[in-house]
Amino acid sequence: MTRTDQIFSRLSWIVAIATAAFLMLPIVITVVVSFSASPVYTLPPPDWSLRWYEALQRKFGLVDAVLLSLNLAVLSTAVSLALGTAAAIAVARGQFPGRAAVGTFVVSPLMMPGLVLGVAMLQFFRDIGLRDAYWSLLLAHVVITLPFVMRTLLAAMGSFDFSMIDAARTLGLSYPKAIAKVLIPNLAPAYLTGGLFAFLASMDNYPISIFLTDARNKTLPIKMLQYLEEQPDPSIAAMSTGLILLAIVVLAIGARTVGLNRMIQG
Amino acid sequence: MSAIRHPISGTPPRRIGTLVDKTALLAGPGLLYLAVLYAVPLLLLLLQSFRSDDGGFTLVAYTSFFGDTYNLEVLARTLRVAFLTTLLSLAVAYPTAIAMNRAKGIWLTVFLVALVLPMSLGVVVKAFAWSILFRSNGALNQTMESLGLIDAPIRMLFTETALVIGAANVFLPFMVLPIYAVLRQQDDALQHAAASLGASPVFRFFHVSLPLTLPGIVAGAAFVFSLSISMYVIPSLIVGETQQTLPMLIARSFLYLRNEQLGSSISAILLIIAIAVVLFSSWLAARLGAKE
Repeated sequence: MTRTDQIFSRLSWIVAIATAAFLMLPIVITVVVSFSASPVYTLPPPDWSLRWYEALQRKFGLVDAVLLSLNLAVLSTAVSLALGTAAAIAVARGQFPGRAAVGTFVVSPLMMPGLVLGVAMLQFFRDIGLRDAYWSLLLAHVVITLPFVMRTLLAAMGSFDFSMIDAARTLGLSYPKAIAKVLIPNLAPAYLTGGLFAFLASMDNYPISIFLTDARNKTLPIKMLQYLEEQPDPSIAAMSTGLILLAIVVLAIGARTVGLNRMIQG
Repeated sequence: MSAIRHPISGTPPRRIGTLVDKTALLAGPGLLYLAVLYAVPLLLLLLQSFRSDDGGFTLVAYTSFFGDTYNLEVLARTLRVAFLTTLLSLAVAYPTAIAMNRAKGIWLTVFLVALVLPMSLGVVVKAFAWSILFRSNGALNQTMESLGLIDAPIRMLFTETALVIGAANVFLPFMVLPIYAVLRQQDDALQHAAASLGASPVFRFFHVSLPLTLPGIVAGAAFVFSLSISMYVIPSLIVGETQQTLPMLIARSFLYLRNEQLGSSISAILLIIAIAVVLFSSWLAARLGAKE
């Protein structure tokens, strides 16, 4: 290690710590604001209180939105994991022309503008006569979640030893059984990561959902933005603090079972 | 290596043939789903933008969009903000990924949690938190004033700088993670070998580290750039109507003006830009991969 190396290393540490603080800043603000006694967002808060947590109980619209978003996120992630497992095996092991192009195609929705996808789907659903908001949202959210699942599964299957599947089949397991008993348990971290990112992407989607909702089916981000525009009091911050707490629990479980690094890298 | 990984290749060819066919078929349901619910709607949108009222081919949507200087301004702003966001993210993410690669134990946990935990805070709340910070009577101005950095509160909310900082904050993990992933696969021995051969740290950075991390940089930059040209929630909370971007024009034409024709043609333009980014970045990634 020369002196320049040491300076480089020092600098990278300073930047990394500053980055970590920068990334955590919105969380800190949200949590602090949620315990504020003031109905406007003043930092630091003039006094502390739990009133926004109590106010949360009276916001029934918000609870409905949370339930709808959870419902969409769970179902679309489950469908994506099933479709994604099959497709990823095909891309990793199958031999057909345009395999690389298929790999790019299935991940490409990640990089398409959400609003444009929303517009396109709205017009498409109208053309084929699908008017139900819930089904439109669910069909759309699979398109949101599938690329996240595909991205991690493709990476994981690239380094998975498929001769294990052949071995399991030699030992008498059927192909689907070999996948369920050998492949999936071995790739558990990738499933956890892909599933988690997909779930969060669905929970957080605004630009596609905004075109497909109706008055009765409003997802959480849409409801939250609406509240913030109409009556911006810190109850949104209180609810977000609850969701952060939930995320901490999920992360802690993930860290204990598969390790944080493996979980994040897939 | 391949002999170890595929010992089954010794079995009769006929069986392998049928197995391969079946395996390729597994892509069917997923591909069909995306073809019908993703590719077809986007294709119809694109075709629609070239169709005149009587059903013929026309470029009117495009000529009228590009003929309006206001639209060109919005397009330029969208691309500029996306470019600056990508640049800022890269500048911050690269050293961070290097430090993460060397971090162990509690520090590694701190960095990983800082990358992932903010994703549980929705983008709506995150952007709103930034708008609180950027207000003229907000915490950022008060801190800078008390530190003596500024004399009077400066206007930050509704500026492009604020938008770039807010966007980088939301998209930063998508830049750090791919760079960190390629760094982790790198062999430290390469650095030591280069150093022992007398390569200076700066030389080593440009000739060893940077070329090896380029695939991660390309992946991260392409993703952050695509997210930045498409963002809608962040600019609408941080810069508002005063400084429109393409996605805000789209949302306004559909949700407020109810002008589907205008909205569709702007959507098609944004879509073409996004497709260009995808194609360019995958071409670049393939070239980098071929070089190795």
